[in-house]
Amino acid sequence: MSARDEILSAVRVALRDADRSELDVPRDYRSAHASGDIVALFEERVVDYRASFARCTPDDLVSTIRAALGSASKILVPQGFPVELDGVPDADDLDSYDAVVTTAALGIATTGTIVLDHGPGQGRRALSLVPDVHVCVLWENQIVGGVAQAVARLDPARPQTWISGPSATSDIELNRVEGVHGPRKLHVIVVNEG
Amino acid sequence: MSATFVGMPAFPVAAREALADSQLRRNLEHATHTIRAKRAAVVGEVDEWEELRLAGAAIKDNTLLHLDEYLLQLEESLQARGVTVHWARDAREACDVVARIAQTHGVDEIVKVKSMVTQEIGLNEALAAQGIVAWETDLAELIVQLGDDLPSHILVPAIHRNRAEIREIFRRRMAAAGRPAPENLSDEPAELAAAARLHLREKFLRAKMAVSGANFAVAESGTLVVVESEGNGRMCLTLPEVLVSVVGIEKVVPTFADLDVFLQLLPRSSTGERMNPYTSTWTGIAPGDGPQEMHVVLLDNGRTRALADDVGRQALRCIRCSACLNVCPVYERTGGHAYGSVYPGPIGAILNPLLKGVGVDEQTDSLPYASSLCGACFDACPVRIDIPEVLVHLRTKVVDAHREGPPKAEAVAMKSASWVLSDARRLGFAERGLGVASKVLDRVGRRVLPGGRRALGRLPWPGSLWTNARDVPAPPAESFRAWWRKGGRP
Repeated sequence: MSARDEILSAVRVALRDADRSELDVPRDYRSAHASGDIVALFEERVVDYRASFARCTPDDLVSTIRAALGSASKILVPQGFPVELDGVPDADDLDSYDAVVTTAALGIATTGTIVLDHGPGQGRRALSLVPDVHVCVLWENQIVGGVAQAVARLDPARPQTWISGPSATSDIELNRVEGVHGPRKLHVIVVNEG
Repeated sequence: MSATFVGMPAFPVAAREALADSQLRRNLEHATHTIRAKRAAVVGEVDEWEELRLAGAAIKDNTLLHLDEYLLQLEESLQARGVTVHWARDAREACDVVARIAQTHGVDEIVKVKSMVTQEIGLNEALAAQGIVAWETDLAELIVQLGDDLPSHILVPAIHRNRAEIREIFRRRMAAAGRPAPENLSDEPAELAAAARLHLREKFLRAKMAVSGANFAVAESGTLVVVESEGNGRMCLTLPEVLVSVVGIEKVVPTFADLDVFLQLLPRSSTGERMNPYTSTWTGIAPGDGPQEMHVVLLDNGRTRALADDVGRQALRCIRCSACLNVCPVYERTGGHAYGSVYPGPIGAILNPLLKGVGVDEQTDSLPYASSLCGACFDACPVRIDIPEVLVHLRTKVVDAHREGPPKAEAVAMKSASWVLSDARRLGFAERGLGVASKVLDRVGRRVLPGGRRALGRLPWPGSLWTNARDVPAPPAESFRAWWRKGGRP
C-alpha cells in the first residue's frame, strides 16, 4: 500500500467508533467590531510597534513619502504605484536598494497590521522584504476594524504578507528587539479621503 | 550540530539535574514571567476571547473528525496550484523525500524556517548524513544550532540561554558556519540580532532551496500559512527557487475564513502580541513571485495513533503556541530539556506519549507524571485542550501497559491503604497508631511546610521512592474522629 493510502486508511480506522457529527462553531466574534475612530486606533497600534506613522492629504502624499524616505537614495517603486516617484519598479540586486515604497491591500485597526497581497503598487514579495526601509501607503477606506473583517475581504488565491511593525525578535530573554531580517524601519502613511 | 534527544533519561532524573542548575532557573523564571504578563495583557483586551477559544476548538475538532476528507481536499487544491504532494508515514520517509528533492537539484545546502515538525523528524541530522547542510535561520534556532545545543521551548528554543551566553556562542561559533561575528560584539540584544542579520543574509541570498513547516494548511484553497517574527520566514519562502513544506496532517483547517479565529488566538497566546510581525500566506505557485517549484510533504508520524485515542485526540488541536509551557509551574522550574523531546512542557507531556504510544520506553512513560495537575495549562490553551484530563487518562494507560511483572511499591501501598480505609475499625486502629507515631515524628520532623506544619524528611526505602520528590506532612497527633468524640475541643 502507498504511504498515502496507508495514512488515509489509518485515519478512517482511528475514527471508526467516533461520533462524526458536525459541531457548531460559534461565530458571534465576527460581529465584534472596534468602535469609534478606527483610523486613530490603527495609528495608536502601529506606533505601539515602534513603526512611524503619518497622515496626509492626497496633495501632500509625495512630500510625505519623501520625508519618510529621508536620506535613502536607491528606491524601489513597484509597477502600479499611484503617484510619480523617483525609483525603479524591480531589480535583480534587491540587497543594494535602500528603500521600497508600496501600497497595501488593507490595514487592520485592532492589531495595527498592514496586509499586502502583492497586487499593483505592491510588487512581488521580495521587494518589500530585502530593502532596509519600507514605506507603506494606505487610504483611509482601506482600514478595517479587526482580523475577522480583514480575512473576509482578502482573496486566498493571492500571496499575502501581513506586517505588524518592523522585523523583530523576542528570542533573547524575551525582549522585543526591532530589526532582524526584514526591513528595520517601517513607515506607514494614511491618506485622508478627498 | 549533532545534539539529539535520543537516549535522554526519564523525567524525574533529567528534572533533578535541571533543578540543580541555578543559572538555568534564573533564565527560565525571568523569561516565563515576562511572557506570562504580556500574554495576560493582550488576551485581556479581547472581549470575545472565550468565544474565540470555543470556535478554535470546534473548528479543529470538526476537521479532525473528517480528517480523511479534508486531506484529500487539501491534496487536490495544492495540486491544482502546481504543488507536488508527497505523503510520509514516518520521520524517515519524510526526510527521504526532502533529501531526494535536494539531490535532484544538486544542492548541498538549504535554508530552513523554524518548524517544530522538521525537528520532530530530525531532518537536519538526516540531511547531514546525505551531505546536505541545513541552516537554521530563526535567531533562537541559530543560537541552538551554533551552540550544538538542544531546543528547550516551542516558541523560543534558546529560552534557557541569557544574553551573555548567546554572545559567547556567536563569538566562538559563527566563523565556522559563515560570516564571523563582529570583533567587538557586546551582549546587547540589538547587537546580537544585528550580528545574526549579517551572518544569515548571505545564506538567504544564495540559497536555492528552502524547507518550511506550516502553521495552517487550508483544505478548500490549498493555502499554507507561516506565522513568524523576524522575517527569516519571508526570506526562505520568497527568495529560493524550490520550496518544500513539511506539514503534519493535523495542521489542516477547512476554509480560509477559519483563519480569522486562529490569527487572533495564536499571536496573543504565543508571543503575547496583538499580532506577530510577519504572517505569510501562499497558495501554490505565484507566477513571477517566489519559488517556482513547490512540494508539500504530508506527515503522519504517530498522528493517526493519537487520533485513535478518543480522549487524547484533542491534543491534535494544538497550534504550537507554547502558552501552556509559559504558565506551567513544572516547566518554569525544570525547563524544556528535562522532557527529552522537541515538544516540552504540558503539551509535550501528552503529545509525546500519544504520538509514540505508551509502554514502549521509560522516558515517554514518565512524561504524563511530569505535572501537578494544577490546570493552568488548560486555562491558557487557546484551543481548549484539557491537558490535565489527558494526563490522567495517559497515566491509566501507562499503568495498564505495566500490569505484568511484580507490582510496584506504590501499587502495594495503595492496595493496603484501600484495605485500611474501607473499614471503620481498621481505620480507627491505624489513626491511633499514627497519633503515637506523630508524637515521635513531630520531634524529628526537620522541615516546616507553609502554614507551619512539620514535614518528615526523607523516608528510608521504599518510602524514599515517594519522598525523593515530595513532602510528607507529619501526621497529626489526633485524628478528626477522635477529636469529634471528645466534643470538638482541643
